[in-house]
Amino acid sequence: MKFSERWLREWVDPPLDTAALCEQLTMAGLEVEGVAPAAPPFEGVVVGRVLQVEAHPQARRLRVCRVDVGAPEPLTIVCGAANVREGLRAPTARAGARLAGGTRIEAAERRGVLSEGMLCSAAELSLAEAAEGLLELPADAPVGADLREYLQLDDQVIELSLTPNRSDCLSVAGVAREVGVLNRCPVRGVAVEAVAPHGEACVPVSVAAPEVCPRYLGRVVRGVAAGAATPLWMQERLRRSGLRSIHPVVDVTNYVMLELGQPMHAFDLERLAGGIEVRMARSGERLTLLDGQEVELEPDVLVIADASGPLALAGIMGGAGSAVGSETRNVFLESAFFSPAAIAGRARRYGLHTDSSHRFERGVDPELARRAMERATALLLEIAGGQAGPVVEAAAPEALPQRRAVRLRAARIAALLGESIPEGEVEDILRRLGCEVAGEGAGIWRVTPPSSRFDLGIEVDFIEEVARVHGYERLAPQRPRGALVPAAVGEGRARVRRACRLLADRGYREAITYSFVDPALQRLFDSQDRPIALANPLSSDTAVMRTSLWPGLVQALRHNLKRQQRRVRLFEYGKKYLIEDDEIKEFFVLSAAVTGSRWPEQWGLPAQEADFYDLKGDVEALLACARVEGLHFAPEPVHPALHPGQCACLLDEAGRCQGWLGALHPRLLQVLELEQNVLVFELSSPIIEQGRSPVFRELSKFPAVRRDLAVVVSESVPAQAVMEVVKAACGAQLQKLQLFDVYRGKGVDPDKKSLALGLTFQDFSRTLTDEEVEALVKQVLVQLQDRLGATLRE
Amino acid sequence: MSDMPALPELSEMMERALAEIGAAADLAALDRLRVQYLGKKGRLTGLLKGLGKLPPQRRPAAGQAVNEAKQRLQAAIDARRTALEAAALEARLAAERLDVTLPGRGQSCGGLHPVTQVLMRIEDLFTRAGFEVAEGPEIEDDYHNFEALNIPPDHPARAMHDTFYIDEHLLLRTHTSPVQIRVMQARRPPLRVIAPGRVYRCDSDVTHTPMFHQVEGFMVDEGVSFADLKGLLSDFLQAFFQKSLAVRFRPSYFPFTEPSAEVDIQCVICGGGGCRVCGHSGWLEVMGCGMIHPRVLSEVGIDEERHTGFAFGLGVERLAMLLYGVNDLRLFFENDLRFLEQF
Repeated sequence: MKFSERWLREWVDPPLDTAALCEQLTMAGLEVEGVAPAAPPFEGVVVGRVLQVEAHPQARRLRVCRVDVGAPEPLTIVCGAANVREGLRAPTARAGARLAGGTRIEAAERRGVLSEGMLCSAAELSLAEAAEGLLELPADAPVGADLREYLQLDDQVIELSLTPNRSDCLSVAGVAREVGVLNRCPVRGVAVEAVAPHGEACVPVSVAAPEVCPRYLGRVVRGVAAGAATPLWMQERLRRSGLRSIHPVVDVTNYVMLELGQPMHAFDLERLAGGIEVRMARSGERLTLLDGQEVELEPDVLVIADASGPLALAGIMGGAGSAVGSETRNVFLESAFFSPAAIAGRARRYGLHTDSSHRFERGVDPELARRAMERATALLLEIAGGQAGPVVEAAAPEALPQRRAVRLRAARIAALLGESIPEGEVEDILRRLGCEVAGEGAGIWRVTPPSSRFDLGIEVDFIEEVARVHGYERLAPQRPRGALVPAAVGEGRARVRRACRLLADRGYREAITYSFVDPALQRLFDSQDRPIALANPLSSDTAVMRTSLWPGLVQALRHNLKRQQRRVRLFEYGKKYLIEDDEIKEFFVLSAAVTGSRWPEQWGLPAQEADFYDLKGDVEALLACARVEGLHFAPEPVHPALHPGQCACLLDEAGRCQGWLGALHPRLLQVLELEQNVLVFELSSPIIEQGRSPVFRELSKFPAVRRDLAVVVSESVPAQAVMEVVKAACGAQLQKLQLFDVYRGKGVDPDKKSLALGLTFQDFSRTLTDEEVEALVKQVLVQLQDRLGATLRE
Repeated sequence: MSDMPALPELSEMMERALAEIGAAADLAALDRLRVQYLGKKGRLTGLLKGLGKLPPQRRPAAGQAVNEAKQRLQAAIDARRTALEAAALEARLAAERLDVTLPGRGQSCGGLHPVTQVLMRIEDLFTRAGFEVAEGPEIEDDYHNFEALNIPPDHPARAMHDTFYIDEHLLLRTHTSPVQIRVMQARRPPLRVIAPGRVYRCDSDVTHTPMFHQVEGFMVDEGVSFADLKGLLSDFLQAFFQKSLAVRFRPSYFPFTEPSAEVDIQCVICGGGGCRVCGHSGWLEVMGCGMIHPRVLSEVGIDEERHTGFAFGLGVERLAMLLYGVNDLRLFFENDLRFLEQF
C-alpha cells in the first residue's frame, strides 16, 4: 500500500514530521517499508505558456518557440516535441535550472538558434518512466509558478507493508482513521453526496449467489465526453500510489479504491447484452481477461455475467470484451461486496494478483459500496461529464458479514498482557477504533467492531487492539516463572554433538547441503530407492528428497575441487527421506566424504592419499567415543555406489545394516568427472544416540603378560577371522589383542600374508605362570591352524 | 731423616696423575685413570698395600700421606667427571637444537558449520532457562503446518508461505511451528519447549534460500503473559549477542498468535545509527512472536481459559549473519571451505 503523505494529511494532520509519523505507524503494526520523495529533486522549472511556434531555420524537426514564464520578456526555446503548440502550458526549465538527473540547463545554441531553456516531458522530470511529448499542464496552470509547488511535488510517498488482517488500511481513508486513533485527532475525510439520477437509464441486476455477493450496486453513466482527460492532480495521486493513468473512467474507479478502499469496476455499457447476473461460473465457461489471458472457469468462481456469458471474474479482473476503451461513451459502474471466502485463492489459481482481489480476499467494508458509488459518479461527471442514472442495488442483508458483539473482560486483558490497562483507556481506545462499547458489569464490556474490520471477532482480537494502541512498548517486561524440574535429558543429543565434534577435531568441516537433490545425481548413488518427489520443485536439480547425504556431500566436494582445493573433508548430520512400506520416513544420519591427502600438506609427514583405513579409523574413533559396541564391518553386502573391494557394511548384532563405509566406485568417479579417489561413510544416528553408558569394571591387581605372534594365512582369510579365532581360543584371560603388522613379500608365499598379533594376558585372581601363558599360546596356534590353516611364521 | 718424605715416589705419581686426570678427554678415559690409580690393582692401592713393608715408625705418616693422596685424586676425578658431564650435556643440547619455527606435525582441526554453532548457542541459552528440545518431521501434513495453526485453506497467510508440496496433503514444513502442535497434542502444560530444525520455502534469490533453519519456542502454563514473552526474548537476545542491545516489540500478525509481535533489535552493525544492513532504520527484525491463539490451544485440547502461552520463531541464518557479519545468505549452503574455515 503506497500513498502520498500530502494526500493523507488532507484527511488527518497530526503534529508529527514524516519520520515521526512513519515511526508511529510502524509501532502500531502498520509497518512502513519505505519513504521516497514523490519526485526526485529538480529546481528552476516553472509553468510556461507557449506564445508562438515557428519552424526552425536549420532543422526540419525542431521548432522555435516563444514561451511566457511570467518574466517581463518571453524566452526563446528550441523544442523538438511533436505536441508543442501555441497556447500550450508545459513545464519549462529556465537557464540555470537543474533537472532530476543533475543535468543543468543553460542557454545554448541549438542548430544556430539560441535556446534559453527547455520545455519538458514528464519523463524528463522523472514524473513518468516514459513520455511522448511535453507534459501538458491544465489551461488554468498559473504561468510562472514553480512546478514543484504547483504539482505539490514536495511530498513523500509512504509505502506500508500491511499484514493480511489489516485490509481496513488499504486506503487513504483507512490509514487516516488509524492515524486519527493513534493521535486522538480529528479525521476530515471527503464529503460525499448522492448524485441525483438523470433519467431512468439502468441495467437490471440479479444476484444468483447472494451468500457470496450479498450486495451489488450498479449505475449507468451516459455521455462520457470523448477526449476527456484525467486531471493532473488525480494522475499524480495515482502515480504516487504506484498506478498508471489509463483512461478517465478507469482512473476514477482506481482513485476511489485508493481513497476509500472500495474496488470498483466499469463496463462499457454498449458491450453488455441484457441484464447483469452475479453467479457462480459454469463448468467449461471461458473468459478472456483484461490482460489478454483466456481462462477456463470452474464452478467455485464467482463471475459477473450477462446474457452472453461471463463478463468478469468478480472482484478479481474484468474481461477484455466489456472493457472500457477510448471509444466508450456509456458506462456501467459496479460497486459490490464479495465475501472473502468467494475470492480467496481464486486469483492465485489463475496466476493473478490484482489490487481488487488483494482487497476482497482480505475483506472490504460491506457498508462502503454506496458511498464509493456516489463518490465515483461525482468524480466521473466532474471529469468527463455525462449523466448518471439511478443506483440499482441488489442486496441480501442477511448474508452480509454480521457485526457480532463480543464480551471483553478487563481481567483477561491483564492476564494476557501481564498488566492491567485502565478501564477508561480501554473504552477510549475501542471507541476511537470505531467499536461500539457497552458496559456489562464491573470490568466487563460488550464490544461491537466497526464494519470495516474483519479481524475483530473474538475477545483476544480486542485485547490485541487495546495493547497495540496502548503501545507494546509501554508494557513492562517480566521474567517468566515456572517450576524448576531437573528433567532427565536424553543423552542421544549430547552423543551426536560429541560425534560431530570428534569429526571436526579430526579435520572434517561440517557441511549443510540441501535436503532435495537432482534425481539424476541421486540415481547414480542409489538406483534402488524410490525418492520422494516434490510436486513443485524450484528446478530439476532440486526435485527429489535425498535418500542419502552422499550426493549433496559429493557435490559440495566437487564445488571445492573446482576452486583449487585438493584436500576436502566434509561431514553432514541431517535427515534422509525414504518410503518404507508405503510410508514416508525420515532418518537422521551422519555422513562424510573425503578426498585428497591423509594429512594437511606438511614437511614432517609423507604426502599420502587418504585411503579406506583412514576413514575406517575415523569411524572407529567415532563409534568408540559414542560407546557403540557390537557393530562389525562386513565385506558384504556391497553398496552399488562403492568400490566392491573397498566397501564395508556396518552390521549390528542383529545383522541389520546401520551404515556404510568405502571408496566411491571408479565408474561413479568417472561419471562425476572426479579425478581423485573419494571415500565416504554414512552411519545411522540412532546407533550413535544409543551408545552404551559407561559401566565400571574392576582393575586387575596382577601383572599382564604379552606375547607377540606372527602367523601366516592365505590372502583370502580376513584379519577379523584370525582375531576372532584368537579371542575364542583364549577366553577371558586374553585382556587385549592388537594386530600390529601385516606383511607380504620375501619369506612369505605370494598368495599369503603374515599378520603380527600382540596378545596381552591377565587374570583377575592371580598372576599367570609362564606355563599357563605358553599353554594358551599353543592353543591359539592349534586353533588357527585347524580353522584357518594358519602357521606360525618362522 | 726426619724431614724426609714419607714416600718419595708418591709426590711424583700424584703430579702425573693429576695432570692425566685434568687431560682426560672423556668419561671413559677418566674411568680408566680411576681404575689405574684407585682400582683394586691400582697404583695407590699398591702403595697402600706396600705400607706393611715399611718400618713401623714410618707407617702412620706414610699411611696418612697415601690416604690424603687418594682423597685428592678422587676429588680431582669427581671434579673432572662433573666438568665432562656438563660439557657432554652442553654438546648434546647443542646437537639436539630444533628450529621451533617449523610448523607442527599432524592433523588439522576442522569445525562445525556456523549455522550449527548458532543453533547450539540458541539451544544452550534456552535449555539453561528450563526449555527442552523437541523435534518433528520435515515432511509435514497440511493439518499440522497450517490448519491446526489457524491457517485455513485460502488464507492470505498461505500466500506468504511459498510451500513445497509432495502431494495434496503432504508438504515440506514452512516453519517449525507444527512441532508446537505435535508437542501440545502429546503432552499437557506446563510446557517449555524449543524446536530447532530445517524449514522450506519455494523461493530462491539473493535474500532467500529454499531451505533454512528456524527455532520455534513456546511456553504454556497458568499465568503466562505477554510481559513474560517480552522479558524472555529481551534476555535471550542480550545473551545471544553478548551485549546490551535495545529491543523493541512491534505489533504484527500471525494467524497462530494474538497479540502478535515482531521483535526488532538495535542494529548490531551500526549500533542504531542507520546503515545498509538495517535499511537505515537502525533496527533489525529478528523474530516473530505472540501469545498462542486460543483457537490453537483449543484445537489441541488445552483449556485456553486456564492456560495461556506464548510462542516465538526465529531464523537461525539471520542470527548467524548478524553475529558473524556474513553478508550473503547463500554462502551458508555452498559449503565452500574458504567460508567454512572461518568459523
